[in-house]
Amino acid sequence: MAPPKLGDRALLPDRAPAPQSLPDFVGRPAQGRYRGLNPTTKLVIAFSTALIAFGVRGWTGALVALAVVVASATYGRIGRAMLPYALATIPLVISILLVNTFLYPGASDPIAHVGPLSPSWSGLTAAVQGTLRVVAFAMSVALFALTTTTNDLVSDLERRGLGRRPSFVLSAAIGTVPRMIDRAKEITEAQRARGLDTEGRVWRRIRGLVPLAGPLVIGALTEVEEKTMALEARGFTAPGRRTVLRAMPDSPTQRALRWLLTVGTLLVLAASISGALGWLP
Amino acid sequence: MTGDGAKTGLRLSGVRYGYAGGQGPVLDGIDLEIQPGQVVGVVGANESGKSTLCLVAAGIAPGTIGGRLEGTVRIDDINSSHAKPYELSQRCGILFQNPTTQLSGIAPNVWEEVAFGPRNLSLPLGEVIERVEEALDALGIGALRERDPQRLSGGQSQLVALAAVIALRPRYLVLDEPTSQLDPEGTRLVGDALVRTAQRTGSGILVVEHKTDLLARLTTEVLVLDHGRIALRGPSHDVLADESLERHGVSPPSDVRLRRALTAAGVPIPDLAV
Repeated sequence: MAPPKLGDRALLPDRAPAPQSLPDFVGRPAQGRYRGLNPTTKLVIAFSTALIAFGVRGWTGALVALAVVVASATYGRIGRAMLPYALATIPLVISILLVNTFLYPGASDPIAHVGPLSPSWSGLTAAVQGTLRVVAFAMSVALFALTTTTNDLVSDLERRGLGRRPSFVLSAAIGTVPRMIDRAKEITEAQRARGLDTEGRVWRRIRGLVPLAGPLVIGALTEVEEKTMALEARGFTAPGRRTVLRAMPDSPTQRALRWLLTVGTLLVLAASISGALGWLP
Repeated sequence: MTGDGAKTGLRLSGVRYGYAGGQGPVLDGIDLEIQPGQVVGVVGANESGKSTLCLVAAGIAPGTIGGRLEGTVRIDDINSSHAKPYELSQRCGILFQNPTTQLSGIAPNVWEEVAFGPRNLSLPLGEVIERVEEALDALGIGALRERDPQRLSGGQSQLVALAAVIALRPRYLVLDEPTSQLDPEGTRLVGDALVRTAQRTGSGILVVEHKTDLLARLTTEVLVLDHGRIALRGPSHDVLADESLERHGVSPPSDVRLRRALTAAGVPIPDLAV
């Protein structure tokens, strides 16, 4: 008798036919005003605002980027959720303000003289512009992160032709951070159970990092080999594009918006680099 | 891929294997055959070559990790040395000891984790759905489908990893200590699942286990590995009751030990099968 064909249903007898539709929770796109946009649209908005903020000199780039982000967050009703991201920039903002205001090179318009230091108007101006850029950048990242899951983004990029390897690397890289944090907690607890002091003064905590780092790094490296074997055993290197489970929502308007933003951003950056936008404030 | 008629079975003939950079062969003179529907157990002390046997039988060694293989490993009509890993994955699935490394780590729920392999094979969406549902059903873990794979217990993770392998519909399954990290309840869950899998899918299964009680329940044939060689082989009840088993670093099943203890104490016992 010829061997049954691989994947033949004869290998799985006495079975009721499986449902032919995806379960509701699989590939379910995010819902909401801004969340419901196509992931690639949100990615393009985030990239464009970040590039405009840093690519266009003076006030214009930073203010335009900030305005786009604030308007998008207001439209998506996620302004409050973005607050922690804004607060996280405070240490960087303070350092930008101090360094630029007090140490701006070539400044000749002092605000006052504070001992050997002379804060300048031009330094303060550059500091505020820099602050706006940093805040706009952080907010654009936050806007994207708060409204898009990794899975949605990767699904959409795969549908657009992103290869299985880049897709996996992107997903795994984003997912690695929480896994490493979980692993670090487990190792810390294990070390503490064996008497290692991982709390208290800063010096003690630093010393506690040494026995933590070894198992964490070696464990991660060991996992790589096992993971590679497991991926091979699950057909990861098969040719062709992976099956897409569910297409993310999209529309002609969003497609137009993506092209407009991409081309517009590139043109603005080119103009800025060539000096054609020198008339802007 | 090379054809070799329509002969079925997972067959290792005169297999001698050493890891790249390793000193000497880890497996030596292994002859083994598993037919669809047959469940064969492997026991042995640590470092006896059990995990290596799994890698070689599934074509991971030398296909993915390198090393030197002498002899042949055939999965039905193909020589595993000449097949690509993704081709082998549809014929012989392997379950590693640690389910957390077996899982992709990128799926947001169990359903998509199980779908990872079929999607890799670029199967039509309808077939992906069918395979996932059948795999979950075969192992009785449909209730886990919406759960985050990273937040499962050890036993549940192992079952999900097994479902992910079954979804590839291999004719042969190689299981490397599938209950090594499990408590008695988890072991029972996986044991039940393996029985169901063998019955419902008709797959040939090679299972490496330290827990001889589980092997006594699952397998029809057992072989004992010692320093990379097959030291004992035969029907499970004979091998697991063999007097020399402990010399090979293997603890007999509890009923065998009880029988011996009672015999040693001079207590008459009825003639019970292992």
